[in-house]
Amino acid sequence: MKQQLKVLVVDDEPGILMSLEFLMKKEGYQVFIARDGEEALDIIEREIPSIILLDIMMPNVDGYEVCRFVKSTLKLSHIKIVFLSAKNKESDMEKGYAIGADLYVPKPFSTRTLVSKVNALALGIATS
Amino acid sequence: MNSIILVLASLLYLAFLFGVAYWAEKRSQKGKSLVTNPYIYALSLAIYCTAWTFYGSVGRAVSYGIEYLSVYIGPTLMMPLWWLVIRKIIRISKVYRITSIADFISSRYGKNVTLGIIVTLVSLVGVLPYIAIQLKAISSSFRILTRTDSPANSHIFLDDLTFYISMGLGLFTIIFGTRKIDSTERHEGMVAAIAAESIIKALAFIVVGIFVTYGIFNGFGDIFNKAALHPQLKSQFLMDGNKGEYSSWFWHTALSMSAILFLPRQFQVAVVENVNEKHLNKAMWLFPLYLLIINIFVLPIAFGGELLFPNHDVNPDNYLLAIPLKYDAKFLALLTYIGGFSAATSMVIVETIALSIMVSNSLIMPILLAYPKIIGKYENNLSGLVNNVRRVSIFIILLLAYIYAKAIAQYFSLVSIGMVSFAAVAQFAPAIIGGIYWKEGNRKGAIIGLLSGTFIWFYTLVLPSLIGAGIFPQSILEEGLWGIKALRPSALFGLEGMDDISHGVFWSMFFNIGSYVSFSLITKSTSIELNQAVTFVDIFSHSKFTDNTTIWRGTAYLNDIRTLLINFFGERRTDRVLRLFAQKHSLNLENKKADPKLVTYSEKLLAGVVGAASARIMVASISKEEHISMDEVVNILRASQELMVNNKELRRKSIELEKATSELKEANEILKRTDKLKDDFLSTVAHEIRTPLTSIRALSEIVYDNPDMDQEEREHFLSTVVKESDRLSRLINQVLDLEKYESGRQKLIKENVDIQEIVKDSIDALYQPAKEKGIKVVFLPDRFAPKFEADRDKLVQVIVNLISNAIKYCEADKGEIQIATHYVEGAIYTSIQDNGVGIAKEFQRLIFDKFFQAEDQTIKKPKGSGLGLAISKKIVELHQGQIWVESEVGHGSKFTFMLPVV
Repeated sequence: MKQQLKVLVVDDEPGILMSLEFLMKKEGYQVFIARDGEEALDIIEREIPSIILLDIMMPNVDGYEVCRFVKSTLKLSHIKIVFLSAKNKESDMEKGYAIGADLYVPKPFSTRTLVSKVNALALGIATS
Repeated sequence: MNSIILVLASLLYLAFLFGVAYWAEKRSQKGKSLVTNPYIYALSLAIYCTAWTFYGSVGRAVSYGIEYLSVYIGPTLMMPLWWLVIRKIIRISKVYRITSIADFISSRYGKNVTLGIIVTLVSLVGVLPYIAIQLKAISSSFRILTRTDSPANSHIFLDDLTFYISMGLGLFTIIFGTRKIDSTERHEGMVAAIAAESIIKALAFIVVGIFVTYGIFNGFGDIFNKAALHPQLKSQFLMDGNKGEYSSWFWHTALSMSAILFLPRQFQVAVVENVNEKHLNKAMWLFPLYLLIINIFVLPIAFGGELLFPNHDVNPDNYLLAIPLKYDAKFLALLTYIGGFSAATSMVIVETIALSIMVSNSLIMPILLAYPKIIGKYENNLSGLVNNVRRVSIFIILLLAYIYAKAIAQYFSLVSIGMVSFAAVAQFAPAIIGGIYWKEGNRKGAIIGLLSGTFIWFYTLVLPSLIGAGIFPQSILEEGLWGIKALRPSALFGLEGMDDISHGVFWSMFFNIGSYVSFSLITKSTSIELNQAVTFVDIFSHSKFTDNTTIWRGTAYLNDIRTLLINFFGERRTDRVLRLFAQKHSLNLENKKADPKLVTYSEKLLAGVVGAASARIMVASISKEEHISMDEVVNILRASQELMVNNKELRRKSIELEKATSELKEANEILKRTDKLKDDFLSTVAHEIRTPLTSIRALSEIVYDNPDMDQEEREHFLSTVVKESDRLSRLINQVLDLEKYESGRQKLIKENVDIQEIVKDSIDALYQPAKEKGIKVVFLPDRFAPKFEADRDKLVQVIVNLISNAIKYCEADKGEIQIATHYVEGAIYTSIQDNGVGIAKEFQRLIFDKFFQAEDQTIKKPKGSGLGLAISKKIVELHQGQIWVESEVGHGSKFTFMLPVV
């Protein structure tokens, strides 16, 4: 089942992008990558991924806007959004959840924890 | 000339007026009002120049020489005083929504009905003949053009023509003068039409003047030389003191000074139609200029006419038409006719409107209000009643003027009737001027002054003309009334040697001012008079507080007030107006009883429609008023006066306080900002540290957890870890570095340096990365740049930072970086120019701030720490230099820093 799930990874830091791509691929997801919000939105509309790992501070269209767009579009609103951000104050996390994030993971993160959390989300999707 | 053509021309001209007025009102509805233009205001004042100016000035100049100018010198002298007098009258009229002279005087003296009626009647009697001569001027110009001025050729249709013209003007006046009933009583369409007429009449006069002066004669010099040979004409150039001419000059000038203020039509255009007090500034020079222009050719035409018609077979009043006709210049004659027509019509239209407002608001309405039965019929449409009264009065005024023109006006020249009118309205001067400057002036003084002045005016100026017309016996003129010599109308109390007008004005003013002052001093004012007196005289300090100087006290029900207002303004407007007023004064409209302020305000609104006196009656009729004693009024006024003084003091104090507060606020703001900057800086630093840390941790965890991963991939991951660690340590160094600069602990180690060497060293340091990206680096040194004292390493740091930024933002293989040094006037300029992406204008100043993206989270973070430029700036500034950037998006950037050579 897991193989069919599409995961989009969005970040403007090459180091983070390559590690997330590696991790998700290893878990058997079909992985797409985007370096900014605009590129992400193109891919989202085209591929309709199941899960998005989304950085917040990005050029042009930021993570908040991507999330808002996804959650307010009927055919996209089911997509699970995981914010990954170095903005890790309590208020930042609250804002993320308020906008509609399914998960907020502060940077730097433990790769093992992140993977298990994403997998749990994927399981939820699979069983629903 | 064919009379059909003239009739058609007149009709076309009237249609043109309709067009202008209609267009102006359409524009105003679209919010592009014409009357906001001060030139329109100034031109509309030129309504002062009637057919009397147009035809009569020439006639007057022929008979009396340059004395005709007194009528224009008066207003010219008055204009500078307008700033004092008219501005005050305008302000008062706006505050009290006064719409006519009668309303003004009645309102000033306790909203008195009697005074309003007197002023209206005096205006009617004084001004009707004046309207009549305008109609007469139209018809006689018509006769001259069609050569039907000899009785043998008289045609019944022509008599009727005057009638038709009067009715046509009546129609125009009704359409543009009474269409809407508003509490401002402004008529934009009409004003625009009047302004257009002012241009046309001046233009026509000038064209004929040029024709006579330069077409028939050889310029001014020629006419004046020829006239000087004529002994009789020669005397017209000179001022001759023998015939009491100086006193004539004085009285005529004084009379026209008052006329420009108090003729009903002047009051209408100058005060009621004024939309902006500042328009006075323009009118103050433009209107006298207009008078000058329209008078330039009067003497040439007058002399020209005398020279061309030596037999005196043409009335000098008609020279303007007769001269073009003599030379068969038909078009010119037609133009003159139109000019005279426009001068006459504009006067008739505005004078009629002004009079009709007086008749309806100050004469008819107060009387009708005494008969509740009549009012009851119009229960829901009182404004319709007012309008109908006005419409009917417009026709009646024009009809009376027509009858006067036919029956009596033929006995007089244009100017003499005009001067008699001037003398009539001059009777308002004491009550108005006294009213706005002298608080003691009261109702009894005003009434007795007005009545006595008007009586003398009638006796000395009107009676002789009635005797001339055969209505009264000649003996009165020669022997005096009842045979008493002292009562001779033109030599009252034995005063001889003055011309009729001066004589009449002198005596009427003598009695008018005398009674006004003396009765004001001996009689007592009532409380309402006192209130009005104080607020009128001190209008400039009261206009803001007028809502507070309420002396009305009693019980009125809100519902009654509302119903009354609805009668005039309709339900929607009434409710809106009430709600706005309640909001402003925080009143509760749910209360059954109306607040006194609201009652006063409603009365003022009504005054705009029906006049102060009528409004007073109406409000009194729906409320139970309590008498307020004199002492109380004085107390209220004194309180409001004190309030004003206190307010000034309070305002001064509150300004001081405000200033202190804002200074404190500013200091606090700066503190907060610094605090926030620090906060922002810390959180940005944290963010910037976490980013490489995230990569390092994730990548190394992956390598640790996946010993079996692809070798190449593992190496790539590990090299990224190294790179990110470098980034991290660089960042930490820079933060510490910057902190040193900001706290001032960073010291420069200065030595004698050569800028060329420093640039070369910096380029060498970046040789490898530039080459890798395929970017060309060019250096253009200035060999004449001297050595100077500076911190060598720090400058290398700046240049390396700038070049590496340039490399970063240049496209691979296409990038070109040009570095240049220039020595100019004691300073070395070093510039680093690239052909990269460029920097948007709004960011150019921000990029020198540390982590400039902190301000706006959506701006792309520059690669690197975001501290390089901030540090470079600090270093340059420590050298007493400056750094800046010039850039355009897509066309590269040029960073330049200047270092002074000490």
